[in-house]
Amino acid sequence: MDDLLPEFLAETNESLADLDLALVKLERAPDDQATLSLIFRLVHTIKGTCGFLGLPRLEHVAHAAENVLGRVRDGELAATPDVISLVLAALDRIKAIVAALGATGAEPAGDDGPLIAALDRVAKGEAAPDSEAQAASAPVTPPAVDQAGQPAIEPPPAEVAASQTIRVTVDVLEELMTLVGELVLTRNQLLQLSRVQGNTAFSAPLQRLSHITSELQEGVMKTRMQPIGSAWNKLPRLVRDLAQDTGKKIVLEMRGQDTELDRQVLELMRDPLTHMVRNSADHGLEPPAERALAGKPEAGRILLNAYHQGGHIIVEIGDDGRGLDVARIRAKALSRGLASEAELASMSDQQVRAFIFRAGFSTADTVTSISGRGVGMDVVRSNIERIGGTIELASTFGQGSCFTIKIPLTLAIVSALIVQVAGQRFAIPQISVMELVRVGRAGAGQHEAAGLGIEHVGPTPVLRLREHLLPLVSLRSLLRMDAEEGGTTAEEPTVVVTTVGSSLLGIVVDEVFDTEEIVVKPVAPILRHITMFSGNTILGDGSVIMILDPTGVARSAGVSTRSVASDTAADTLPPMSEGSTAMLLFRAASSPSVLAVPLNLVSRLETIAAARIEPAGGGYAIQYRGQLMPLIAMGPEDLPDLGARDTEQPLLVFADGSRSMGMLVGSITDVVHGRLVVELGSARPGFLGTAVIAGKAADVIDTGYWLTTARRDWFAGGENAVRRRVLVVEDSDFFRQMLVPTLSASGYDVVAASSADEALQLRDRDLEIDAIVSDIEMPGMDGLAFARLVRQGGAWSSLPMIALTSRNNARDAEQGRAAGFTDYVQKSQRDALMNSLRHCLAGPALV
Amino acid sequence: MKVDLPVGDTGATIGHSEGPARAYVTMMLDNQLCGVPVLAVRDVLAGQTIARIPLAPPEVAGNLNLRGRIVTAVDLRARLRLPPRPGETTPMSVVTELGSELYALQVDQVSEVVAVDADSIQENPQTLPAIWADHSTGVTRVGEQLMVMLDVERLLSLDAETSV
Repeated sequence: MDDLLPEFLAETNESLADLDLALVKLERAPDDQATLSLIFRLVHTIKGTCGFLGLPRLEHVAHAAENVLGRVRDGELAATPDVISLVLAALDRIKAIVAALGATGAEPAGDDGPLIAALDRVAKGEAAPDSEAQAASAPVTPPAVDQAGQPAIEPPPAEVAASQTIRVTVDVLEELMTLVGELVLTRNQLLQLSRVQGNTAFSAPLQRLSHITSELQEGVMKTRMQPIGSAWNKLPRLVRDLAQDTGKKIVLEMRGQDTELDRQVLELMRDPLTHMVRNSADHGLEPPAERALAGKPEAGRILLNAYHQGGHIIVEIGDDGRGLDVARIRAKALSRGLASEAELASMSDQQVRAFIFRAGFSTADTVTSISGRGVGMDVVRSNIERIGGTIELASTFGQGSCFTIKIPLTLAIVSALIVQVAGQRFAIPQISVMELVRVGRAGAGQHEAAGLGIEHVGPTPVLRLREHLLPLVSLRSLLRMDAEEGGTTAEEPTVVVTTVGSSLLGIVVDEVFDTEEIVVKPVAPILRHITMFSGNTILGDGSVIMILDPTGVARSAGVSTRSVASDTAADTLPPMSEGSTAMLLFRAASSPSVLAVPLNLVSRLETIAAARIEPAGGGYAIQYRGQLMPLIAMGPEDLPDLGARDTEQPLLVFADGSRSMGMLVGSITDVVHGRLVVELGSARPGFLGTAVIAGKAADVIDTGYWLTTARRDWFAGGENAVRRRVLVVEDSDFFRQMLVPTLSASGYDVVAASSADEALQLRDRDLEIDAIVSDIEMPGMDGLAFARLVRQGGAWSSLPMIALTSRNNARDAEQGRAAGFTDYVQKSQRDALMNSLRHCLAGPALV
Repeated sequence: MKVDLPVGDTGATIGHSEGPARAYVTMMLDNQLCGVPVLAVRDVLAGQTIARIPLAPPEVAGNLNLRGRIVTAVDLRARLRLPPRPGETTPMSVVTELGSELYALQVDQVSEVVAVDADSIQENPQTLPAIWADHSTGVTRVGEQLMVMLDVERLLSLDAETSV
């Protein structure tokens, strides 16, 4: 109720102001039905809300006033000045109480008896209003009230609180958003022009305009943000009622209510969320007796958790109930004719669980009053996908289920990658783009050597990308643009690696341009059936292009949107040699030898004009995607001549969330795959050591070192004063050497062990740690056995454990979780590991 | 390019139309004179760049940018199953709004604005080919020619028919 009070005060103050005006108007025109109805409605609303909030004084006064107004409205009582005065007196009383409520948070003590009696008498028509009004109004005029022993009522606090927020209709905000959208488009158009014109007198003011536009966009976006808690506030009641109806004990835990997202997105999320919580309570959680038998606490837990991650909101809905019964889902899928026996036999558990998202599938055998009425998870999923989100499911039979929903912050303006196919451009939302890979057609020389060529498995084109086989779809054939003019397929097409659900899909395009902020406009209704497009937009140059929906693309291509990479490709084909890493080789003026860095750590390769480099804060920086990005040079020799206009400067961009950093390099020579063994350790700061890569010796740079030199705050994970201690169990010297400095630089205390046995010895020596990061494939005891042992008991049994692996498929992840790992992260994905650690250490893990 | 239309002298003066006279924008489609109420027309365009949309129904010619708004262009020849426009002619477009969406109706030529007396509008003759009759609200005589009054809403309800 405390949350509702400020809202009630704001609303009531507004209503009261309206009422004053309306009553005065009514006095002048007693027959004005519209005004009368308005007054009646306002008083009625106040009364209703007070009752709901448990404010008896207000409720009684408002109720008595409403009775009088009701009679006036029904024409049974004339709106004489005396009647109006009496109602006004009642309003004054309400105002006084509301003011005190705003100041103290509680209704003041006081006696409204005489006022209510006077109102009642008038309502009953018992007495002539004029004499009554006089009698009643004497004791109820505000000064009299003040003297009647009430706390001195000072309206200002409430007034101040009310004036700090204003209520604006949603239409105004929508209109503003549309205008800002147009402004962004015009800005982009101007920027495009200025790029063509080069440096002119307009460049500087244009830059400012661009910044202001971005800020304005952010500001307007903020006005549309609402805490997700507002979509949740009906859930406690819902869960309570469900618990009563089903005889279960349910604890609903909500975290991250303050996480804000666009109201449009929020509205669309409301129903799916309610549905899923209802599902958890009805199907997920067991009755107390069954829980007791399973050795669980009687009360079941439903956890709602929301947080920001990148440009997304993650919402988790978990329960510690019975989990999904894969055997039952298999049986049901078969009986419903959704899959054949042979198909089912070849499916992984994860794929089988995904059946619950299919239309016409409900695991509840009986339709209860609560759920199972045909509105299933398929509707939930399509609702979420409609707003560009994804939903994933993790479940352990007997232990619970957890749905993870990933939704974009806003729908209106997104950053998108512009690509071209058959001479026509398309936008792909940047959030689903993982990386870009330029490939050669099979037999095109050098790419073959690097393993970057399109190959075929049967009729399906695939790309061997690092350790995985990536299924590919050709946008050209998918959009039936084969016959279009715009030339033949490009010699060196680019693969846009996109995430679709939990899996990866490569979209083959002819050419890739820039990323642009685009304003998403819905497609015309006559085109809505084309699921491959999520909208259209106008580019900076004024042309209209379609926005591709990767989920729709995957579906049209006949690729399952779940676990494409892990289930379709990686399972049927042997993965590439174990431990193979893609290394980027480059040269820098400051170093005589070839340098190397794991490609996974590099977010982008860029070429910038040296003239764009500016001195900043004792170092150098460039403006990059609307932000200032610090640049680092490994040595003074690596800095280009800043005055030289036409010098092109290659850059390795490392990014973490919204921050990025560029490393100035001489030239990028190659990307090679191979097993990486650092053979010679290095005493030089900034270098891990020397490795033989593709037959040549190369110095492997220590990215953690350079990142911290670029910006002190790079690894500062917030203001955590407490240094958490993390144990790293990893047999590979190289990865251990890479992880330890990276983690230390992030503010963790790191203890390293080169085998599971060594780690267990540390436990026996009572080493106190906060989390464990462990490799899976290790000689001797492997990571899974290690996790089981740790979970069995001892001081570390409840610590978060994160598995590191060079393989990435759902089955392995499941095995890892079954063995006791809290999370499963791919090796050398530094960001994923950092996020996972931060997350695991932030709160107790569910399930 | 925006086009200013001549106001025809075939009917009553627009602006002074008393009661039943209504203004129509006339256009040519495969040598047939057609009309759309002038109040339904937001713009008349010629020589616009139209971006084609892959996978779109054949009637949808593409998208165009009208002062920052995306307009879906519908080729009325394709819509009414008329023979394709001869190669050398470029279409003109009549922009209309339906349900807060803008559509550009592509025709061969947009001619002029005429006033039509409401009384002169007759029901579709029985002999009118079905494809015309289905998308027309009536016919009237303009000068020497018969004008088919197009039903914009029906023309733009593509879903129902294309899915068959």
